[in-house]
Amino acid sequence: MISAESRDIIVNGLWKQNPGIVQILGLCPLLAISNNVVNALSLGLATTLVMALSSGSIAVLRNLIPHEIRIPVFVLIIAALVTMVELAMHAWMLPLYVVLGVFLPLITTNCIVLARVEAFASKRSTLHSMLDATAMGLGLTAVLVTLGTMREIAGKGTLLSGIDLALGPQAKAWVLHVIPDYQGFLLAILPPGAFIGLGLLIALRNAGESLRAERAARSVPTPQAGEAAA
Amino acid sequence: MTPALRETISTSLTLLVFSVVCAGLLAGSFVATRPNIERSEQLEKMRLVEQVLPKGGFDNDPIAAARPLPADALLGLKRPGVAYLATQAGEPAAVVLEAVAPDGYSGEIRLLIGIRADGRVAGVRVTAHRETPGLGDYIEVAKSNWIRQFDDKRLDAPAAEAWKVRKDGGQFDYVAGATITPRAVVKAVHKALRYFEMHRDALLRPAPSGGRP
Repeated sequence: MISAESRDIIVNGLWKQNPGIVQILGLCPLLAISNNVVNALSLGLATTLVMALSSGSIAVLRNLIPHEIRIPVFVLIIAALVTMVELAMHAWMLPLYVVLGVFLPLITTNCIVLARVEAFASKRSTLHSMLDATAMGLGLTAVLVTLGTMREIAGKGTLLSGIDLALGPQAKAWVLHVIPDYQGFLLAILPPGAFIGLGLLIALRNAGESLRAERAARSVPTPQAGEAAA
Repeated sequence: MTPALRETISTSLTLLVFSVVCAGLLAGSFVATRPNIERSEQLEKMRLVEQVLPKGGFDNDPIAAARPLPADALLGLKRPGVAYLATQAGEPAAVVLEAVAPDGYSGEIRLLIGIRADGRVAGVRVTAHRETPGLGDYIEVAKSNWIRQFDDKRLDAPAAEAWKVRKDGGQFDYVAGATITPRAVVKAVHKALRYFEMHRDALLRPAPSGGRP
């Protein structure tokens, strides 16, 4: 059902070319708002939505945009879409809007959005462009949520704190106190905690990849193993 | 017309068309979301203002009874703010003042202070601050009950010397390691009470067109 190309696009976005830990793009919001899981997930999904919309609309318009002025046009379209998403969230999802604050309009300046538009959507079909943007967005969201989980547990000993802001007061009971009576570890909540956490994630991924490459190299003589590694 | 000029004009026109279309889309979504945004902003304001007013102690819409508040040094306001008057059966019950503690650990701490007509504090809430998370942010009601200490305090009770954190010989609690933040808030609330004392009549005077439905 799913074509090899689509599969490649999905694997690239989620793992091989993950924007958070491989391309290292879009770090400003990534580092600023990953101090807990709820913030990280909200911003990740908002970014994914903006990426899918902008890649989709630019792929549709790609033949109408003169090559020389493509970047200004891309930025124009992305900025307009972000503002529309922001207005819609302000009108219909106020709590989420309050949680994300200034980082919602800042999605405009997130380089991953422009990067996918320029590298992918301006050359490929609309469907593949939207798939690519969604996969990349979800890959970024996964990194954000992992980082948010690490920082929230290390920093505050809780999980899902602030979920009542996004889903209403009845959700307050969902907050998990992973470590009871935790005194808190401020470094994890402050920006340095984000850099350290991201560094650890990148190191972990690289270690895993090199381990895999090593294992593949050791069993190279048999052609099947070589194929699997490629 | 040279080819270069022609190309310049055609790309400029393309960019112009894209700009106009985007502007149109934005204008459309602005108009479409406007009523909802205004309503939710009102609700949000109402929710905050209600928290610093005595529960069930008023029967008007304080947001509608908003009035400008001059940029007074006692309130720490650099620009004019807003005061909300709460009335019960037409009689002034309490007033909510916007105030700013300018000397927080990292900048301004914005406050809403509800004061009953008799001068007792009905409630204080922090509306915006940049204090250190996990350290100075216990002034938020979501983080701790610290801010409720001000409930029912008056300008003269405790006495002026005791309107300080315990570390400075006053009677307000603080968390060790973060005294600058509570010190700033205590000072700001005390000053706002002094402002209320000086302008009580003007603050509690019902709006001139009192006959709202």
